[in-house]
Amino acid sequence: MARPLIRLGKNVNVTPAPRDTLRDALSVALTVGTYGVAFGAAGIAAGFSVLQTCLFSLLTFTGASQFAAVGVMAAGGGALSAVAAAAMIGTRNALYGLQMAPLVQVKGFRRFFAAHITIDESTAVALAQTPRGPHAMRSGFWLTGSGVFLFWNIFTLLGALGARALGNPASWGLDAAVPAAFLGLLWPRLTNNFLRVVAVSSMVFAMLVTPWLSAGVPIIASVLVAVAFGWRER
Amino acid sequence: MSQTTAWVVVISTSVACFSVKLLGYYIPEGWLAHPRLQRVNALVPISLLSALVVAEGLVVKTRLVIDHRLAGLGVALALLLAKAPFPVVVVGAAVTSAIVYHLH
Repeated sequence: MARPLIRLGKNVNVTPAPRDTLRDALSVALTVGTYGVAFGAAGIAAGFSVLQTCLFSLLTFTGASQFAAVGVMAAGGGALSAVAAAAMIGTRNALYGLQMAPLVQVKGFRRFFAAHITIDESTAVALAQTPRGPHAMRSGFWLTGSGVFLFWNIFTLLGALGARALGNPASWGLDAAVPAAFLGLLWPRLTNNFLRVVAVSSMVFAMLVTPWLSAGVPIIASVLVAVAFGWRER
Repeated sequence: MSQTTAWVVVISTSVACFSVKLLGYYIPEGWLAHPRLQRVNALVPISLLSALVVAEGLVVKTRLVIDHRLAGLGVALALLLAKAPFPVVVVGAAVTSAIVYHLH
């Protein structure tokens, strides 16, 4: 879901006005929100109901983790593997929270909502507003987070209903749309050769261990590749 | 997948992911500051997403399989190299895979 954010940086210094913050937030929210169609379809293809698929987007609300959970189940994995994969992909949100907490400074229920909308997009837009000051950063965070939440859920419902109407997932290519979505989520993260090597190594590792482990476990096991590459300073 | 399993996954995933988000708002900053933890954490999504591409595109249960999905993935890769936007990549892969599936 991080993809369009990289482009935001270019416009940051142009005009320090809240209108630009609003424009950044809305364009990200709408673009990323439409990816919800792919998640809705993936949820149905994995065997979840329309209600369950929509609850993922409402309650889990962190794209890559949602895709991971339904992906593990679609691969025939167990519930524990699915939840573990989703949680591990979501750990970066805790690091975003560390950065956003001193900025938003809210208590009680609003703090829970702030935590819920602390994702790639809201954090990136907030940080991109740094030259416009803390007020713009806060606006960027709330507008982007709420906007993605709104559109992501609407488009998840549309995707789920659409996929259910289509029937057999393979007949419409939905079974290939899911790995393609993973590749599309992975792609913008591969910003240098080291990260590309990590990605290719993880794929080779997953292929090698697949015949030896239960379905879904190779996905979790691939974290060992991340540990191996991240262990020592480069 | 049984309905019970599906509900367990939906609810547990949501609880786990929300707890992780909330953690960021309640723990002292120093706890996650260890450089090794930060380095590994930055790589975890890359490893998991890579493994998911394999698990979803090349695997049936515990066997590596080459089928219509690989054709879709190939087109997805080509579209990404051509800097196509995400929805185009996903739809391109789906259409290709469906065509190969029906030709078979």
